[in-house]
Amino acid sequence: MSSSRRLASAGLSAIAYRLLGVLLIGAVLALSTDAFLTTTNLLNVLRQASLIFLVASGLTLVILTAGLDLSIGANLGLSACLAAAAIKSTGSITIGIAAGLACGIFIGVLNGLMITLLKLRPFIATYGMLWMVYGINFWGMAGDTIYGFPAAFREIGSGYLLGIPIPVLLMTVCLIVGGVFTRYTTYGHEIYAIGANAEVARLSGIPVRSRLLLVYTLSGAMAGLTGIVYLARLNSAEAGIGDPLLLPAIAAVLIGGTSLFGGVGSLSGALIGAVILTLVLNGMNLLTINGNWQPLVTGVIVLLAAGMDTVARKRNEA
Amino acid sequence: MLSRIPGIVWLLGTLLVFFSAFGTRFASAPNVVNIGTQSAILLLLALPMTLIIMTEGLDLSMGAVLGLSGVVLSILLVKGFALPVAFAAALAVGTAFGVANGVLVVALGMPPFVATLGMLGVAEGIALVLTDGQSVVAIGSTLSGIYSRQWAGIPFSIFVAVTAYAAFHLLLYHTRIGTYVFAIGGNREALNLAGVPANRYHVLIYALGGLMAGAGAFLLTGRMSGGHPTAAIGMEFDAIVAVIVGGTRLERGDGWLPGSVLGVLTVGVLKNGLNVMAVPSSLQIASIGLLVIVALLIDSIRGRT
Repeated sequence: MSSSRRLASAGLSAIAYRLLGVLLIGAVLALSTDAFLTTTNLLNVLRQASLIFLVASGLTLVILTAGLDLSIGANLGLSACLAAAAIKSTGSITIGIAAGLACGIFIGVLNGLMITLLKLRPFIATYGMLWMVYGINFWGMAGDTIYGFPAAFREIGSGYLLGIPIPVLLMTVCLIVGGVFTRYTTYGHEIYAIGANAEVARLSGIPVRSRLLLVYTLSGAMAGLTGIVYLARLNSAEAGIGDPLLLPAIAAVLIGGTSLFGGVGSLSGALIGAVILTLVLNGMNLLTINGNWQPLVTGVIVLLAAGMDTVARKRNEA
Repeated sequence: MLSRIPGIVWLLGTLLVFFSAFGTRFASAPNVVNIGTQSAILLLLALPMTLIIMTEGLDLSMGAVLGLSGVVLSILLVKGFALPVAFAAALAVGTAFGVANGVLVVALGMPPFVATLGMLGVAEGIALVLTDGQSVVAIGSTLSGIYSRQWAGIPFSIFVAVTAYAAFHLLLYHTRIGTYVFAIGGNREALNLAGVPANRYHVLIYALGGLMAGAGAFLLTGRMSGGHPTAAIGMEFDAIVAVIVGGTRLERGDGWLPGSVLGVLTVGVLKNGLNVMAVPSSLQIASIGLLVIVALLIDSIRGRT
């Protein structure tokens, strides 16, 4: 009991530090450009962060089990393109959304089966999946762009409900549902336990395989959902649409304090991670720094966050 | 080791028979030379990748680092530097990234796939910033001249590939360093007890990955007569597939260098054969993804028996 309370308080102070980070970056940006502290820009930041959070939330569950899902970017792209094609050919928004979600879930299930049934290592299985999905998507799209969707569909990405952007609402719902799931259900506790020590989890009767299958399926589902929201916001789809989101998603999870080694982390952390990352990228944008700098900055952030995680783990072991 | 030989040989043999039967022009002399040239760069990456995978690691940054080295090489040539100087700089850039990977993985203890994925972003990012996302052209004709040279009908790049293989074969099987490579993946504890600075050799292995990516930039730049920041993105995947298909395992220091050559040829034959049969390049990528999963599957089924 005392150890779990200690963990909880450690988690709280870690989040407090990160919130301080958000405020600091915000203050620096507010001082350096007038364009930052406007309602439009702040809503824009939140909207962008909500996309990264949606895909990062599924990844958080995977990383909590000490796994990895490198296929989320490609999955997101294929789901978006399938949804786009389905809407164009049937005219039905419902069928489009169903197609996108089904695609995401299907890829997630395949990942889960490769890892649980065939016992492939997560990073290599999902890495192979990345290129398979990527290739299939480029083949299917054949260089085309699908654009121009019904207004009702575009609402998902750019509309408002009660003055709040719909992606931000989706993010809030996902945060609450996911938070309850990870913190207050047996499933959630089992996911943490598997990440802390899979062997001990198995010996204490946790159905490790079926939980892992669930986690990869959820990661695929969230990639599919993100693909739909992203499509609705961009109002156009091309095959490479999801690739640039893999590194930011990993960055958000790691900045949020979820450990690559499993068993430690939270969805609220991923939210803060997504906000910090978006603030940095948005700030660069406002300061008219060339967009070509973004992969470099994201890469450095991933390395810094992973480095801090690794050092912290070493210190804990010592 | 013998039990492993059939797997890759069967696979390569089946592909060769299949494409010879169904792909017109596949089994022609020019096309065979073509497969060799296309595979040369891949082999340069697959050789160090074999050592890295043997030590339970992975280098996802190799393609991006090759691209960056190519960009550096091209830019320096455009600026009028002599080829040896420009190439030395490309090698230095590659090696620097390799050393950085090694330090992150070995000294810091970061999981290899995340460390090298971060470095992928850094390398690709620097290449994009240096070129503003554009191709680097007008690099002069010296490099392309060397690249297109032939001896007895055998192109330059194949000589480079054979030399690189010989060097890595000697290193792995006939030097003390090679013995350490096997031990780092297989029995690190024994190395430490014997007083061998295992970490230093482990970093060296990643450094070799960067060095060879820099060397690959020479061939790629020669082939393209220029540089492009994303020209080699994804090439590390082909290299990883070649190594795994060739029978090197992701654990226990279990590696086989000749298998990686066969793996490279398998990837090369598969891509070329599908190309000859007019299968779009997007599906070639998908088939390589399938290939690695099938190879791992066979591996895991064998491992269980």
